[in-house]
Amino acid sequence: MNMTREQIVSIAHLSKVFRVGFWGKRVTAVDDLSLEVQQGEIYGFLGPNGAGKTTTIKMLMGLIYPSSGAASLFGRPIGDQAAKAKVGFLPESPYFYDYLTSREFLRFYGHLFGLLGSTLEKRIDELLELVGMTHARDLQLRKFSKGMLQRVGIAQAMINDPELVILDEPMSGLDPIGRKEVRDLILRLKESGKTVMFSSHILHDAELLCDRVAMIMKGKLVACGHVSELIDHGTTQEVEMVVDRLSPEGVEALRPFTLKTMLHGERVVATLASQRHVDDALEVIRSHQAKLVSLLPHKASLEDLFIRKARGVQQVTEVPV
Amino acid sequence: MKVISIALNTFRENLRDKLLYNLLIFALLMIGSSLILMRLTLGEFHRLILDIGLGSINFFGVLIAIFVGIGLVSKEIEKKTIYTIVSKPVARFQFLLGKYLGLSLTLLINTAIMAVGLLAVLYVQEVPIHAVLFKALGLIVVEFMVITAVALLFSTFSSATFSAIFTLALYVIGHLTPDLKAFGEKMGGLGKTILEGMYYVLPNLDRFNLKGHVTHQLDVPAGELLVIGLYGIAYSAFLLTVASVIFQRRDFR
Repeated sequence: MNMTREQIVSIAHLSKVFRVGFWGKRVTAVDDLSLEVQQGEIYGFLGPNGAGKTTTIKMLMGLIYPSSGAASLFGRPIGDQAAKAKVGFLPESPYFYDYLTSREFLRFYGHLFGLLGSTLEKRIDELLELVGMTHARDLQLRKFSKGMLQRVGIAQAMINDPELVILDEPMSGLDPIGRKEVRDLILRLKESGKTVMFSSHILHDAELLCDRVAMIMKGKLVACGHVSELIDHGTTQEVEMVVDRLSPEGVEALRPFTLKTMLHGERVVATLASQRHVDDALEVIRSHQAKLVSLLPHKASLEDLFIRKARGVQQVTEVPV
Repeated sequence: MKVISIALNTFRENLRDKLLYNLLIFALLMIGSSLILMRLTLGEFHRLILDIGLGSINFFGVLIAIFVGIGLVSKEIEKKTIYTIVSKPVARFQFLLGKYLGLSLTLLINTAIMAVGLLAVLYVQEVPIHAVLFKALGLIVVEFMVITAVALLFSTFSSATFSAIFTLALYVIGHLTPDLKAFGEKMGGLGKTILEGMYYVLPNLDRFNLKGHVTHQLDVPAGELLVIGLYGIAYSAFLLTVASVIFQRRDFR
């Protein structure tokens, strides 16, 4: 771990209990959650729907109060105005003042940060350009599609040139192109030195983007760490091997190393249980004078880990970072 | 600055709301209709025009104050627009104050437009215009501010429907508080204590009503006007403080 990096978000034993229904039944949305986000990283906050991601983010943004535990942004307690001034926030499925045009909308949010005049107008132009919304600058938000709203929502989160950007489900409801654009935008934020924390239940996006992730289920942290370490740590890596002209004896010789073997005429598709068997398998192929067509490590994904965790693994897997 | 931005945004929101224009058109029609009614009435038509005119301004303004007022905060929570405001460096009381001032500005301009309509009718009909008419209009605006504060207070903790019912009820009772006191004096004992307590706690909205003075051309001394105005502002400030305390503790789920 790089000890010189500043901790931008720090959450310690945070819990939130809601009272629902007529009898005030207690429902624990977030349960003793602790995590830290460091300066300059893209941090993925993952979990299925209803896991407590939005509740946690709302607590960070001062929209709801924790039942117990504490959290801080830039070392200041949540709700601190100076800390809020350095944060950009995009809520989940945002609804905005739909009677405003993009320009009016961004101008309003700029004013809330005390930005004024030509500095603000310049910033608005830059942001509309950045999110590709220049063409719709004078259009009322009520006429926007979901993707357009998401873009202008991201623009409002960046109006104050924040050091930390918190995005709640920024890709949900977007088409593949929209998702790619949001991904690119997040990467661009990181390049410009910002810290990004985003929640998602779309693991593929997180895998492509994040330096580190936290996975929560039913309000509890079930895994956190670097994406690559989590995947290596949590899953075995299978290797798919395609071979032509392998004799039946060769197939038999290969069998001890494989999980399964399929024959398609002259072609053999074998799945090796682990990368450790690759050399042995290659030796079999060479000795039987067969032809190797491809050798493909079956990349384990966050999804594998996610599903494994969802199947009831409640133990926290803490990977040293 | 932040409060002003929120106020101006609320004002802009009001301007783009069709409800406002519908009510404004109705109010102007009502004021205009006194011209027709006048032809059906024998004598005293000066009083009739003033009565209908001020009544319309008051009635439609109260409708706007209540029905826009109850949505000021609840709509922001319902539509989740509040998430992006409260997460910015804006204190919750600043948000409330901004919303309140925004609607107050809307009501002020609305009243000015309706007043111009009334003055036009009075001018055309050659009805003498006295200073007390402007004093009455001023107090009507103060009354709107009190009602807006009531609506805002209710909307910080209850649904739009309940807020509307509560505010409407308080508006009606607010105009009957002198009766509460008189009634209590007749009852005596515990009843007197309760009714007198209500008389002092509830807004005495009848104090803002100078319609009688206008129609009978009775002037109101500046000192008295000032006291009534200050009473309205102090009462609104009190309501806004209570609303802020409740709003500060709320979770936006």
